[in-house]
Amino acid sequence: MNRADTALADSPAGRELSRRLRACLGADCIIEEVESQRPFECDGLTLYRDLPRAVVLPETASQVQQVLQICDALDVPVVARGAGTGLCAGAMPHPEGVLLVMTKLDKIVEIDPLARTARVQPGVSNLSISEAAARYGLYYAPDPSSQIACSIGGNVSENSGGVHCLKYGLTVHNILSMKVMTVAGEELTLGSLGLDSPGYDLMALFTGSEGLLGVVTEVTVRLLPSPEVARVVMAAFDSITAAGDAVGAVIGAGIIPAGLEMMDRLAVQAAEDFAHAGYPRDAAAILLCEMDGTREEVAQHVDTVATLFQALGATAVTISRDEAHRALLWQGRKSAFPAVGRIAPDYYCMDGTIPRGQVTFVLNEIYRLSRQYGLPVANVFHAGDGNLHPLILFDASDPVQVRKVHEFGGDILDLSVRVGGCLTGEHGIGVEKLGRMTSQFSALELAQLEDIKHAFDPSLNLNPGKGIPILKRCQEYRALPDRHRHD
Amino acid sequence: MPCQTGTDMTEPTDTTGVDTSEAIVAALAQARARKTPVYISGGGSKRLMLGRLCEAAELDVSAHRGIVDYQPQELVITARSGTPIAEIEATLAAGNQMLSFEPPSFGGRATLGGTLACNLCGPGRPWGGSIRDMVLGVELINGKCERLRFGGKVMKNVAGYDVSRLQAGALGTLGVLTEISLKIAPRAERVLTLAYTMSADQALQTMNRRAAEAKPLSAAFWLDGQLYLRLSGAASAVTSTAAQWGGERLEGDAALWRDLREMTLPFFAGSAPLWRLSLQSSAPLCTDAQSTLIDWGGAQRWVSGDQPRDSLDRAAADAGGHATLFRGGDRHSEVRPPLDSVQRRLQQHLKHAFDPDGILNPGRLYSWL
Ligand SMILES: Cc1cc2nc3c(=O)[nH]c(=O)nc-3n(C[C@H](O)[C@H](O)[C@H](O)COP(=O)(O)OP(=O)(O)OC[C@H]3O[C@@H](n4cnc5c(N)ncnc54)[C@H](O)[C@@H]3O)c2cc1C
Repeated sequence: MNRADTALADSPAGRELSRRLRACLGADCIIEEVESQRPFECDGLTLYRDLPRAVVLPETASQVQQVLQICDALDVPVVARGAGTGLCAGAMPHPEGVLLVMTKLDKIVEIDPLARTARVQPGVSNLSISEAAARYGLYYAPDPSSQIACSIGGNVSENSGGVHCLKYGLTVHNILSMKVMTVAGEELTLGSLGLDSPGYDLMALFTGSEGLLGVVTEVTVRLLPSPEVARVVMAAFDSITAAGDAVGAVIGAGIIPAGLEMMDRLAVQAAEDFAHAGYPRDAAAILLCEMDGTREEVAQHVDTVATLFQALGATAVTISRDEAHRALLWQGRKSAFPAVGRIAPDYYCMDGTIPRGQVTFVLNEIYRLSRQYGLPVANVFHAGDGNLHPLILFDASDPVQVRKVHEFGGDILDLSVRVGGCLTGEHGIGVEKLGRMTSQFSALELAQLEDIKHAFDPSLNLNPGKGIPILKRCQEYRALPDRHRHD
Repeated sequence: MPCQTGTDMTEPTDTTGVDTSEAIVAALAQARARKTPVYISGGGSKRLMLGRLCEAAELDVSAHRGIVDYQPQELVITARSGTPIAEIEATLAAGNQMLSFEPPSFGGRATLGGTLACNLCGPGRPWGGSIRDMVLGVELINGKCERLRFGGKVMKNVAGYDVSRLQAGALGTLGVLTEISLKIAPRAERVLTLAYTMSADQALQTMNRRAAEAKPLSAAFWLDGQLYLRLSGAASAVTSTAAQWGGERLEGDAALWRDLREMTLPFFAGSAPLWRLSLQSSAPLCTDAQSTLIDWGGAQRWVSGDQPRDSLDRAAADAGGHATLFRGGDRHSEVRPPLDSVQRRLQQHLKHAFDPDGILNPGRLYSWL
């Protein structure tokens, strides 16, 4: 990026934008100097970076509205950003645009213990909702591994999942209502405090829409009663096939575990070295199967699952003894990303989702590709719902490896689609997977997605260049191709 | 895409008896060319409910039926939209599985497509989710006669907008659904019902309090001074919870829940207007208890008899939800409450994005859609 130090001052239009933003925001809520913008140049996927014309950090919904109105009036792109933990470059700034950072809107407005709901601002972190609800014996179920940091606004925009979503659902299943603003700054309420609402389900459409349809300014989430007890069964297997079969067998036994995770050898070793969770380092794969509910139910299901794993040839089965032991067994899994981060300069996390029955085939294909590209892969995997997270190890300072890691990642995504799965289970398309959308969707399907975008954002100013390819419009408007391409 | 062949499209204006998606495309193309809108019909079980009357020519898609794929261990079933709910339930039962949203089968006539279009769910909805929650993917034909697939057969999928869930409750105004994949659930090992005598107000309190306990509650409804709580899950959990919660154990409870789900309880009989209130579960009673049935742990309330629309709309809005004239009454006027101008504009734009010529179920959801 070759850019002057203060980007906004470089043109009359830029100066006008700057003047208007300054008129509605305090000086500490707007960042125009390039060096101070650096922390905002990328999200969790650091392979993609850019700098905006301005970073703004509004403190009230009314300021969000004014920023949107200003950008609408001046035809300036707007990219919303939560905590910036996203893994698809969805929150990467647009070089011509304003980065709208929502983290200062971080209040839990209200908790209603009887109705079991929490009304929160978009910048509230995922975990802090459960922390605030704990004194009522309630919690917010979706638990992405990034939950300490990621914001509920980001969760809604990515339809984030977590370890427990096989049983408790994704973000879309756990929110009741939200306030959003259109690209022009008009406010509307989607959903309701009941379980449905009249007209089209715009809340479903907004969930997972990656900030392309509107800006989320408030969310009302459902809270669930905290389970009486949870216990985890860890089982080690000497082949991927045996571990994959065991996953199917649990579901086949009529049990929906609270979480069912798989890690392969390299992931197990990295996690064990990092967290000392007691994982057998020589296992080809381990499963972590958590059961929660009433004491009786958990006792019954733990028994069934442990017996099942043994019958299917598990080389070791460990059942959590108490809360501390359960936390330790999870610690390895939860720190898998940073643990893998220690054994290589960089890792690239993929997110394809596949039918569970294809696990063995797909993992073996990934190993073959790993040998082909000469890049190691550690697999952590939401096995219960078929969501793969291959972590490809590489060195970002080596351009050859960077090129290879992109190709390898792309091959994994294509593979996921080929076996009947999809490009992304929970991390989103963003910039990263935009070019792969054609492997999952036909031209007509992409055109339909584009028409939906257009219904909400006719000026195409919300998060341009992300989520869905904009094809038709590029032919119609000369100015657009740039805005919708990030090279 | 499995697709049958050998359709016989005869008279151009005849849009009935279509039995494949290719034929549906052809029928729609004709309707579009002639600017004659269609009313999409599955089993016809819901034509006189849920939406406004739609006077367009019928496009019968009930022949487009059959289970395409069922893999118990994947927790997924895929079926053509005309497949009766009863057929799907029977297939799942053989695999000891079920549809967690417990849709009504309306005497065997209800189809999968109609159920998704209407987002119709039974008593288990607050705990088991809705069909909107369980849909994983759809194939549909939009108003431009394009066959499109969104979502898929896997549990998680965030590529592109969630067009599948958008179909829930759209009453067929965005596309003719041709194939649907759903997440399914295992059947509970044990089901048991507890009954309590109490007022509607007490019942609302109790339902919400019990729902905040981590117990295997799976349905809660109140009618005529009786609260019924259903427990489903591992046998050990159901038995121990029943012992703690007390109440009278109801024998023959399966019939009670079936009658509630199928709307065949005496409460639903007759031709009086039937209103559906979708509210915050804990909202105080805002209608006459005598003519109210409370389901979904308080979040869905049925009210029978003539009601003044405006005050019902207001009461429902105060309770965080909305009222629909579900059945009977004046079905030429709006049956849903008005939306604000921004919502209305966006909903119209969305309709236009799928069906620019307005040939799919015009006016069924709102007069202006
Ligand atoms: C270590 C690690 C582990 C992770 N584990 C998981 C996991 O288990 N499951 C999972 O699903 N994800 C996971 N993620 C990914 C990420 O945390 C989620 O996608 C999360 O929801 C992003 O939230 P955020 O607040 O950081 O959003 P950001 O990254 O800031 O933004 C994400 C997207 O949402 C949009 N956006 C943000 N706020 C708003 C708003 N208020 N209105 C409109 N659009 C908005 C942005 O434009 C962008 O497109 C992980 C990430 C990391 C780094």
